[in-house]
Amino acid sequence: MTQYNTMELMISVASRELDNESSVGVGTGAPCAAAMLAQKLSAPDLLIMFEAGGISPQLPEMPISVGDSRTFYKAAMAGSMADTMEACSRGFVDYTFLGGAQIDKYGNLNSTVIGDHKKPKVRFPGSGGANDFASFCWKMMVITPQNSKRFVEKLDFLTTPGWLDGGNSRAESGLPVGAGPYKIITDMAIMDFEPDSKRMRVISIHPGKTFEDVQENCGFELLKAPVIENTIPPSDEELRLLREEIDPTGVIIGR
Amino acid sequence: MNIIDQGIGPLFMDPDPDKARAFFRTKKRKMKNKVMELKDAIKEFVHDGDYLGMGGFGANRTPVAACHEIVRQGRKKMGFAGHTATHDMEILSAGEVYDRLDVAYVVGLEARGLSPCSRKYVESGKVEVTEWTNYSLTARLKAAAMGVPFVPIRNIMGTDTFKYSASKIIECPYTGKKLAAMPALYPDVSVIHVHEADIYGNSRFKGIAVSDLDLANASKRLIITTEKLITHDEIARDPSSTRIPFHLVDAVCEVPFGAYPGTMPYEYFSDEDHLKEWMSVEKDSEKFKEFLDKNLYTCADHEEYIARNGGSAKMRELRVKEMLIYKEK
Repeated sequence: MTQYNTMELMISVASRELDNESSVGVGTGAPCAAAMLAQKLSAPDLLIMFEAGGISPQLPEMPISVGDSRTFYKAAMAGSMADTMEACSRGFVDYTFLGGAQIDKYGNLNSTVIGDHKKPKVRFPGSGGANDFASFCWKMMVITPQNSKRFVEKLDFLTTPGWLDGGNSRAESGLPVGAGPYKIITDMAIMDFEPDSKRMRVISIHPGKTFEDVQENCGFELLKAPVIENTIPPSDEELRLLREEIDPTGVIIGR
Repeated sequence: MNIIDQGIGPLFMDPDPDKARAFFRTKKRKMKNKVMELKDAIKEFVHDGDYLGMGGFGANRTPVAACHEIVRQGRKKMGFAGHTATHDMEILSAGEVYDRLDVAYVVGLEARGLSPCSRKYVESGKVEVTEWTNYSLTARLKAAAMGVPFVPIRNIMGTDTFKYSASKIIECPYTGKKLAAMPALYPDVSVIHVHEADIYGNSRFKGIAVSDLDLANASKRLIITTEKLITHDEIARDPSSTRIPFHLVDAVCEVPFGAYPGTMPYEYFSDEDHLKEWMSVEKDSEKFKEFLDKNLYTCADHEEYIARNGGSAKMRELRVKEMLIYKEK
């Protein structure tokens, strides 16, 4: 079997989550690589939408910006931000992949500030389209490296909704019912959310890792699924596509 | 109407549609020649204290030349719609042009990383910040474009983004569901960069619109920078290609390569080396000062800026990149 790195593993795992003939709202980086891999391998009829208005492009290479020309290359339409976001609001978009500086046990994300909002220690970009995608896309996924600085008990700022305070709190907030965090894909494991408490739980562990490794690199207590799977490593074909066609210069996969 | 909850962020602009109507009533209807030099347009239409909107998306079809000119002329105390703001914000932060900021996406340059200069300025406490999202800021512009005080959306609720916004949660009169009311945003002045415009301001652009059509409609004053001027006959021959009509426009400025070092769809790709250089020199305030002197303060105009960074040879190279010609065997 070919050697691979954790970024290649995360992207491969993420791409397998995308069903054929479904739709996904993506940003740049790993999410885009995962969508491109799915489009080339398992989901040729994947509808890719970019928040700046690119609808169903044939991505010739990795975009640098979610609004650069690649995001509407040979596309069905070069639309507007409203075209994409309103489609999300109408329930037309199945998946999205997000990231953040911090994540909590309900899958809420912080990409706004560390420290006080008025005079922050670190200012991050803010929501961008993340709050919008996470509120509207049926299944929100996160691709992120895992450590206890990032996986925290309490966020400094809740930018983007996961299951909020767990239980029924997300539905009570007024956000559209039925949409929410689905899977968290890290460099160690795959997590989903326990259906009643909406707390994060481990469902699959990557090769060479143990549950203890995963827990040690997490700032809150993780639940365990009744059955924990072993993550299937990237196939030779997945790695070939990633290295030769999707990211030949290694911008994302770092090779 | 019953207000269920409201954000604590300051609302920088009055969403009252009747005040906006009173303004638009005074706007000139005549199709007249509005061509002027960019520096004159910025002087006449962009004032200290105004609230500013910028077209495009980050470093894509963004009016970079106008950002430089605003900084060069030393505008201060402006409000700014940080709507997918990346390189435009980086330039405006260097000049500390704004002190009120509506945030959807700021301080970053997407996959390229964060701008030390923008971060430092926003972290300094000198800037009043209200949080939004990409869609909610678009909705605010849409409300203004519609001439209504707000439009409802179904997200932002339940988060600190809402708490630090200036929006309100209301109950839907039809379904009883909670809705977040996005207050109309009428910028005092905006700049949009396009591919082609006639002397009256009828404008065309190619590729994604982002939020520019709503921005054009919502803005009280609008400056168009264009890659090139075209004849009015050409506009009239194919009116379905017009994206922004003349009556919204106050000034038309011909600025070839006006989005450099950002991307202009079907014309030139972003100059990634130069954008990297910006972000890297920002770490050292002495170097950054020298860099700004060379690339902004001592440049007479955008043409000189480009000449100092590779000139027409560089622009040919970026065209090959944009058109993916280098991939053809």
